[in-house]
Amino acid sequence: MPKGSDIFLQNISKVVVFIILAFALYLFFTGHGSPGGGFIAGLMSAGALLLLALAFDIDTVRKVIPFDFKLITAIGLLIALCTGTGALFFGEPFLKHAFGYFQLPLLGKTELHTALIFDLGVYLAVVGVTMTILLTIGEDN
Amino acid sequence: MEVVVAVIVGILFTAGIYLILTQDLLRIVLGTSLLTHAVHLLLMAMSMLKTGAAPLLGRGKEQFVDPLPQALILTSIVINFGITAFFLVLSYRAYQKLDTTDMERMRSESAKHRGRRR
Amino acid sequence: MSLLHLLTLSPFLLAALLPLLGKAVPRLHKGWFAAALSALVFATLLRYLGDIRDGSPIIKSFDWIPSLGISFTVYLDGLSLLFALMITGMGVLVALYSIAYMNAAKESLTRFYVFLLVFMGAMLGLVVSDNLLTLYGFWELTSITSFLLIGYKNEKHRSRYGALKSLLITVAGGLGLLSGFILLYVMSGTYRIRELFEAGAPLMSHPLFLPAMILILFGAFTKSAQYPFHIWLPDAMEAPTPVSAYLHSATMVKAGLYLVARMSPIFSGTSEWFWIVSLGGLITLLYGSVAAIKQTDLKGILAYSTISQLGLIMSLLGLSSLSGIFDGEEQILYAAAGTAAIFHLLNHAVFKGALFMAAGIVDHETGTRDIRKLGGIAQVMPITFTLSLFGAFSMAGLPPFGGFISKEMFLESVIEPLHAGVFGLSTWAALFPIVAWIASVFTFVYSVLFVYRTFLGPRKKPLKNKQIHEAPLLMVIPPVLLAIMALVLGFFPGLVAYSLIRPATEAMIPAVTASGERLPMDLKLWHGLTPALWMTIGVIVVGILLALTAKRWTKVYNFIPRRVSINRAYDISLRFFEHITVRVTSLYMNGSSRSYVKYILGFMLLVLGLILFNSNDVTFRVGAYATIAPYEWVILIGLAAGALAVPFAKSRPVAIILTGTVGYLMVLMFVFLRAPDLALTQMVVESISVTLYLLCFYHLPKLRTERQAVRFRLPNFLVALAVGVLMTLVALTVLGTNPFEPVSDYYVRESYESAGGKNIVNVILVDFRGFDTMLEIMVLGVAAIGIFNMIKLRRKATDVGSRHVSHEGDESEDIAAHFRKAQYEHDGPTTVKAPKEPWIHCVSDLNHDDEENPEDELSDEFEDSESNDSRKKGGDSDA
Repeated sequence: MPKGSDIFLQNISKVVVFIILAFALYLFFTGHGSPGGGFIAGLMSAGALLLLALAFDIDTVRKVIPFDFKLITAIGLLIALCTGTGALFFGEPFLKHAFGYFQLPLLGKTELHTALIFDLGVYLAVVGVTMTILLTIGEDN
Repeated sequence: MEVVVAVIVGILFTAGIYLILTQDLLRIVLGTSLLTHAVHLLLMAMSMLKTGAAPLLGRGKEQFVDPLPQALILTSIVINFGITAFFLVLSYRAYQKLDTTDMERMRSESAKHRGRRR
Repeated sequence: MSLLHLLTLSPFLLAALLPLLGKAVPRLHKGWFAAALSALVFATLLRYLGDIRDGSPIIKSFDWIPSLGISFTVYLDGLSLLFALMITGMGVLVALYSIAYMNAAKESLTRFYVFLLVFMGAMLGLVVSDNLLTLYGFWELTSITSFLLIGYKNEKHRSRYGALKSLLITVAGGLGLLSGFILLYVMSGTYRIRELFEAGAPLMSHPLFLPAMILILFGAFTKSAQYPFHIWLPDAMEAPTPVSAYLHSATMVKAGLYLVARMSPIFSGTSEWFWIVSLGGLITLLYGSVAAIKQTDLKGILAYSTISQLGLIMSLLGLSSLSGIFDGEEQILYAAAGTAAIFHLLNHAVFKGALFMAAGIVDHETGTRDIRKLGGIAQVMPITFTLSLFGAFSMAGLPPFGGFISKEMFLESVIEPLHAGVFGLSTWAALFPIVAWIASVFTFVYSVLFVYRTFLGPRKKPLKNKQIHEAPLLMVIPPVLLAIMALVLGFFPGLVAYSLIRPATEAMIPAVTASGERLPMDLKLWHGLTPALWMTIGVIVVGILLALTAKRWTKVYNFIPRRVSINRAYDISLRFFEHITVRVTSLYMNGSSRSYVKYILGFMLLVLGLILFNSNDVTFRVGAYATIAPYEWVILIGLAAGALAVPFAKSRPVAIILTGTVGYLMVLMFVFLRAPDLALTQMVVESISVTLYLLCFYHLPKLRTERQAVRFRLPNFLVALAVGVLMTLVALTVLGTNPFEPVSDYYVRESYESAGGKNIVNVILVDFRGFDTMLEIMVLGVAAIGIFNMIKLRRKATDVGSRHVSHEGDESEDIAAHFRKAQYEHDGPTTVKAPKEPWIHCVSDLNHDDEENPEDELSDEFEDSESNDSRKKGGDSDA
């Protein structure tokens, strides 16, 4: 990946990255009720990191987010799998979800849903996969 | 609108298949992308277009467009992304190794590699 | 799941765990695990002895694929128990023996024991299965695992050749078996063996009865190495000796006999069954015993002797089928042949196991198995000598060993048909005792020569100065136990007669117990001066004479032309088929993926097109379509134009950006088509994809415009156009047809009620169709791992063409440069002709890459081990 030198791009992306990440977070949590969900949020987050990598370079991204993205993929897959398996313990078919409405402080009446955990797995897997791909190719150049 | 979309699907298919049948690796990968778009449009068109609102409940709407093709397409988009990335890297590596992106030349090159290793 | 199921499956379980166990206790030889498990299973099986002895079989069922009526039903009767005990008992001894035989430092033992355990499990499963399909599955599994075991030393060409031969022949037989089983099912409507027994007479008059019988016998004969399918067995001697001892004494080859015995109640009583089984057995018996004498390799002798002994048992099984047409006293009389078969089965396992192990010990200690070099080692290896003597005497049918009793019973059984008077026996029955007697003489001769030439006489030159001593204790104990067993079976046959032999025979001939009486057992050394005894005395006298003069008359074998052997026919036909296959396959598999894509598209066009034009309910819908706003027109036209422009793009970035444009226009389409989720996803994916494209192809040379002549491009274009038109038609027809209630209505209804979500698309993804999503992210993960591997884990050494890694040789640089030049400067039509190298190769050609003169290696004869050794040495120094 070429060494970033565009100050303008760098400065803007510093701000924009957080806006995108926040938007991704929003999409993730509202996914069950309005457009959004794990896939979109995951891709969006990866896109934000990609922007960072384009504006600066791969090393910067590595420094800022020192995760092994392969591991994140694995964790995501594991979470998704565990959510599915959890249902088996309640005598339900694989991947059957449960949900309920709870009165939480500050948030008021909130819906808590195991599908959200599953979606978290999807989110992590997508972020992990996308970043693994991008970083792998980027570093090879 | 469905008829027009069906024609567009045909055009996308034609372009995609033509690209896949060319010799250059990049064109082939691009061809698969076009094919994916064609299939997405086809899926959408199959379930009739604009039969109602976006499939979001609780917004005072009664009629919705068919949500199932959308779910299928969403899956497809993401898988397509993974596969395209894989294809790209495969052709990138093939180019690094064989120094060509031409399918015909790749064959003769890899045959030479095999011969040398013996 | 019952204890029996667990016992059957336990070898598989251990095989799966073995690599881990090996890591946990690296110092321990992995053979101990195998030995311990076999001992455990053996001991547990002994618990059932009581029930079986009383004639009450055990049946346990476990539904496997209930929808197809396939269950894993374990049925343990006398026959199954006898085999199961032989499999596990021999398993213990072989595993112990192999601990001393297999060198942990030199060989990959995990692989060896995993194969061995899976093989044992498959054998166990085979003998306890009550369902024909399960039986078939285990049957094929034994073929595959024995292939792996025989080819264990896969660096040797002869091993691979022998393994492939055994696989091809036994699997061909297996396919015959499967067809036979299916025919049985067609006739009776059941796959359960027990139910087939009860099907009775209507089955026999069915026109498919004979084909089913022949197909099943084909399977059994190939597995049990009956003439002319025996050719795989001598070549299978390339396996390590413990494997040979296991496969050819108690297990693999006995599977065919088990099958014949198991199927006897269904088929016996018909003349075809009687003649095929007994005559096939007799021919094999004679052929094997005659061919064994010319062998010079210890294991070669044992291989042909195994073929011969299997023939003996097979002919006994055939003779016992006569009991199916008689009743009363005569039935009991002919059932005695069955008793003999079962008893000899056990005896053969015992003495052949001992002899194989003895051959292995001799090989291990002297370094050769060639009897022309061996001799005079009885003094230094007294234990091995004694146990070989016991084994050989039992094999030759001499008192006081178990083999004597069963051989006597065999001779009696072959005389019996003289009085039968059915199936044309009145004319041909004399054949049986004559052939049996001649074969017995040859059996005697090779048994004697086996011991004499190996252990007695003067020491020969190659071994004269060699320090030879007795093998390690662990290696000697298993064959010693077997030799003692051979003696015990002779003196106290009653030990097994009522507990094992009788239930097994009764399982084979259920008719004898129909009246509630048990089959009489008459196993003893002294039968009085019967015709059989006189025959044995004759065998001994003539045999001794022949053995003494062996040097003179064995020259006769040299006159048998070697060019016309079954082996040669096998080799020639194999090559012939290979070449035909390669030629036919090369016609369409030309190695160009473009052709393959065209095949796929061609079939798609054909099938879809035919369906479209042949079905009557295809209508095109008229009217009631959604309207198109003006701005949507713009996007639609943009989509079409963008797509059409990609093939004409002159440079890579332009092509990439054009494709990206199509993608972004799709985003807008999704927005207008009320799919917000899709629009969002597509947008992000498109951005990332374009970045990826640019990243990957940043360094690539300029896109070469396709300068192909029109005659190359036109067919491509026509195919593409045809597909495009077809897809448009498909889209239009689908719009006009609506045969089913859409599933989506359910999703729309239930999304909030039962899944608690308002975004129906998301609810479908994570809830209704969560499993799809789960697998989808797995696909993504796999793609990511693949990409990571391609980039990060590549091996530097083989990276010849890479521009980033420095090259060892300049040759590749030259080629690379040459092609780069061609790529940039080429002016004419650029159909580069690939060097015309065949795309697909014959297996046999590949096999011969590393070793020379294949012609010699495929000969009937065993090569002496010295030339093998020297070749190995040569190979080593070459490498």
